Amino acid sequence: MSISRKLYSFPGGIHLPENKLQSLGLPIQSVPLPDKLILPLQQHIGAVAKAIVKAGDLVKKGQCLAQPQGFVSASFHAPTSGTIVEIAEHEIPHVSGLSGLCIVLQPDGEESWCELQPIADFNAAAPAELVEKIRQSGITGMGGAGFPTSVKLSPPANAKIETLIINAVECEPYITADDMLMREQAAGVIEGVLILTHILKNREAIIAIEDNKPNAITAMQHALTGLSEPHCIEIAIIPTRYPSGGEKQLIQNLTGKEVPSGKPPLHVGIVVQNTATTYAIHRAISHGEPLISRIVTLTGEALNKPGNYEALLGTPIEHLLQLAEIDNKKLSRLIMGGPMMGFALDSTELPIVKTTNCLLAANSAEYPEPTPANACIRCGACAEVCPASLLPQQLFWFSMGGELDKAEQYNLADCIECGACSYVCPSRIPLVQYYRATKGELAQRSADLKQSDHARDRFEFRESRLAREKAEKDAKRKARAAASAKAQAAKKAAAALAEKEGGAPATGGETDMVAAALARVEAKKAEAKKTEQKQDVESTTEQKEAVTESVEAPSKPQDPS
Amino acid sequence: MTILLAIFALPLLALIFGGILGFASIKFKVEGDPIVDQINALLPQTQCGQCSHPGCRPYAEAIAAGEDINKCPPGGEATIEELANLLGRDILPLDAEHGEEKEVKLIAYIREPECIGCTKCIQACPVDAILGAAKQMHTVIVDECTGCDLCVEPCPVDCIDMLPIETTVQTWSWERPKPAVELIASEHQPLRAEAVS
Repeated sequence: MSISRKLYSFPGGIHLPENKLQSLGLPIQSVPLPDKLILPLQQHIGAVAKAIVKAGDLVKKGQCLAQPQGFVSASFHAPTSGTIVEIAEHEIPHVSGLSGLCIVLQPDGEESWCELQPIADFNAAAPAELVEKIRQSGITGMGGAGFPTSVKLSPPANAKIETLIINAVECEPYITADDMLMREQAAGVIEGVLILTHILKNREAIIAIEDNKPNAITAMQHALTGLSEPHCIEIAIIPTRYPSGGEKQLIQNLTGKEVPSGKPPLHVGIVVQNTATTYAIHRAISHGEPLISRIVTLTGEALNKPGNYEALLGTPIEHLLQLAEIDNKKLSRLIMGGPMMGFALDSTELPIVKTTNCLLAANSAEYPEPTPANACIRCGACAEVCPASLLPQQLFWFSMGGELDKAEQYNLADCIECGACSYVCPSRIPLVQYYRATKGELAQRSADLKQSDHARDRFEFRESRLAREKAEKDAKRKARAAASAKAQAAKKAAAALAEKEGGAPATGGETDMVAAALARVEAKKAEAKKTEQKQDVESTTEQKEAVTESVEAPSKPQDPS
Repeated sequence: MTILLAIFALPLLALIFGGILGFASIKFKVEGDPIVDQINALLPQTQCGQCSHPGCRPYAEAIAAGEDINKCPPGGEATIEELANLLGRDILPLDAEHGEEKEVKLIAYIREPECIGCTKCIQACPVDAILGAAKQMHTVIVDECTGCDLCVEPCPVDCIDMLPIETTVQTWSWERPKPAVELIASEHQPLRAEAVS
């Protein structure tokens, strides 16, 4: 038992009212099948998945419905057997409240699985095979961001992974999904850690749990001592302080290493995975089950039966809220995610996605309407609690003034949007919202810059193409002119040659021929006058035609030029 | 004697340094005008020609030659400010003669059933963002369109619309919070016009 691990610390942080007990009263509840499942094509960070089924298709439970497009993307699978009703735009659980393409599945209630292909002995399998299996199972980070797990597990060949950290901190108030998972499925989580260790070949694996989850710690320690094989896993108990579950904060807390700005943890030889993700990896490898369900904490004063529910992905929120016996009279705000980093939802028709760890149905006392902000009094409390050692106050001024360059220089990109600064602000300034807006403006600016560079390249390419086409046309015309000049010269030379050889000059000959023809015409006319009285009009016309022919005939070989 | 030494030493030094400078001016000769590239990098590259130059680079060359920096409506105030910073000139208001700054970025869309396939817009597009062939329907590659408007005018059947880009989950971003003054009704400043009347 290595609970004596030396801990470091991270700057800032705050102590929040935990509010975790409400949802810990019940074991993990199962959820009856809803009428329909709504599966957004984008439940992860990266490229949108591509649907490989169409409306009317019958699908089995666990059948792949959408394939990843590109490296940073994720597939997803049918959470239950049934019929695909439609693939259409539907509201998705995103902070913007926008809609996106979703596959709508109507369950048939039979829950008949497709053929599963577990990997019986992961120790005998090649790491690449396991990573591919994880990719095929559609596993993404289940802690909040939803980054495809297989990407994290495919480090560049030269990277050396020293440490694997399992993030079981769950530092946000109210959320208990990982806590309950560890209590009930500790062995599965440990199995997942062993699989990850086999893939990454790391020297040590640390499962980090906050000290406010004693039951989960006991369960995990129990599962760890039960392991027969030798392992490198240890459990680190870290003091409860928000946001100790932030990736960079957790690494700093456990190893003392700081991840450089803009670099992934891989840069310091560390990979961090969430507990629920680790458990999903275990299900995918050892049981062959793709990611089709997750544990969601339903909590808040507006619910009469708060707890953790194992919901199929795509389950409408309304279905879960009914199950947790929501009291709509008490409900003031519905939040997806935790109270610090989550976002308010407008609709209960939205589905559960891979990253939904909590639904907080708060009453007006828990989540009062925000009071208007006062002016900044420059107290500096925000800088004291910032876990990324930024200067929140300066960033606030830059954001207000639209000074994007300054904000960038002051490392706005390193802000993890934890909300600690807003929480302690005595003037109740919504600081994080300013930072998010400014981050958006910065992203927009860099996208615009990229586009304008691209447009410049295309414009310059077009200019050069037009110039080339013009040059080609000129060259062609010149070549044609040269060819005709040559032909002319050749003809002249031939004429000169003919003159030299004694014959009358060609042009002179022609004149003679014309003159001869005219003479012939005259003669014929004279003859015709003589015979006019004897012959009829028709014969004259015939003669005239003949004359025209004879005049035209010699002009035929003439050069049109 | 010393004066002679000085008289000879100075021209000698001058010769040596002159030689070095001459060598450097040939060896490290700068191709083209770097300031034009810097100006061009600040221009929005819509290639719309509203500045009355045939593209952004020609305008950059004209600015380097002394033309005013306020003739680029797509770039707007922000571009004028950046150019003023770069060149050490005064910030001028946008020259209304060349057009107005648009609030949102617009992109060309062809109403495809109405397109007669005349290829006039294809020839007008400065960034080759329109696909099509004679007597075939044309379409705009939305990702490549700079919203320069140049294709609208030549279209004989007026089937090109300039529409704002739709916000998607990928491009959406947070808005800045409203200042408190706008949130509290009682603190709203009555407009001067209202106060007078």
